[in-house]
Amino acid sequence: MIEFTFWDIARNLLLAARWTVLLSVVAFAGGAIVGVAILLARISKRNWLRRSAQYYIGLFQGTPLLMQLFLLFFGLPLLGFRIEAWTAAVLGLTLCASAFLAEIWRGGVQSLPNGQWDAGSSLGLHYIAQLRLIILPQAFAITRAPTVGFLVQLIKSTALTSIIGFEELVRTSNAINNATFEPFTVYGLVALIYFVLCYPLTRYTKKLELRTAQR
Amino acid sequence: MGYALDFGWLNDALGMIASGAVMTVFLIVVTSVAGTLLSIFGAIGRRSRHAILRKLVAGYVELIRNTPFLVQLFFIFFGLPRLGIRLDPVTAAILAMTLNMAAYSTEIVGAGLDAVPKGQTEAAKALGLRPRTIFIKIVLPQALKVIFPALTSQIVIMMLESAVVSQIAVRELTYEADMLQARTFRAFETYFVITLVYLGLSIALRRLLYAAGRRSIAGGMA
Repeated sequence: MIEFTFWDIARNLLLAARWTVLLSVVAFAGGAIVGVAILLARISKRNWLRRSAQYYIGLFQGTPLLMQLFLLFFGLPLLGFRIEAWTAAVLGLTLCASAFLAEIWRGGVQSLPNGQWDAGSSLGLHYIAQLRLIILPQAFAITRAPTVGFLVQLIKSTALTSIIGFEELVRTSNAINNATFEPFTVYGLVALIYFVLCYPLTRYTKKLELRTAQR
Repeated sequence: MGYALDFGWLNDALGMIASGAVMTVFLIVVTSVAGTLLSIFGAIGRRSRHAILRKLVAGYVELIRNTPFLVQLFFIFFGLPRLGIRLDPVTAAILAMTLNMAAYSTEIVGAGLDAVPKGQTEAAKALGLRPRTIFIKIVLPQALKVIFPALTSQIVIMMLESAVVSQIAVRELTYEADMLQARTFRAFETYFVITLVYLGLSIALRRLLYAAGRRSIAGGMA
């Protein structure tokens, strides 16, 4: 049997943490892109578009992420897609992130006074240009704190992808734990790694919140 | 498409799904009550005169809020036996969920306490009420009224998060789903049905809490 020293455990966990970081970044970027599309639907003038976006958001916020991952993992192959754990992980987290981000940004858009839209119209800007030049930049600026806050939530959520078999931090820690029988050390270290990833972002969120409150 | 959805297994599975749902509801009821009570003490500690207590509570809140629930659960269930603390799955799940819930709602309750105007405490003092009476009868009810919507959201989030405790073999909804799909080989259909059950539970829980809040908190919700 191979002996694991403390440093072997720590090194292996840190190597696995790369996948956690990568998955978080990809899901956040993907979620932002899809999220803008959902946001546009959510604030659209067309009733059915608004409704659909509302249901989309409600569906993702009203069901466990674990179920969403399972449904993708087992459901997509039925539609004829070959799918592996990482595809389901990226797709699931991206869709979930898009719903949450769209809802956060909607709050930003709706907190802007109507005059901002009117001013845009009076300058002769059409709808898309109003959104791109006036509304969205302000909405993103207002909601920066909750957006970063959601990133923290997303990093923690990547832990769930271990359950469908994606080799990230938690799955690797389970394997190491099975080999070393040192659960206290292993899961303690895993918690520490997540903390180191998340805490700076949480601090940054607090700073942003204070800055908005002072304004 | 060569695959036909089949829900024929559903009739025989209703009992399992129901017992799983009962377990999930049990977990969330216990956790909500224990977690909220604990968070009231947390919020008081956070505002204590003693710096050590303030730091301790703040550290606890940050630790829980910056690590995944799954890791907290594994640490409690697999890690603590190393220290001689051996818990059965249900106890470990309740402990993990309560500690998690308490950290999040400490912030929420704290915000509620800060929102109660100082004049309320001063007026009560002028009437000669004891500090404990002031807190329980005057400040806390007003704070709870302000934070009720936020607390409701937190309870619903916790309910959805509880799907994870299936990983330590607590026989709740997700665990029963895992068992069902292993028996029927109808993974997609199984998880689809269970997802709908969760959706129904979260909608029902939110409605129920709002209705209860409107009735029991004087003057309705803010």
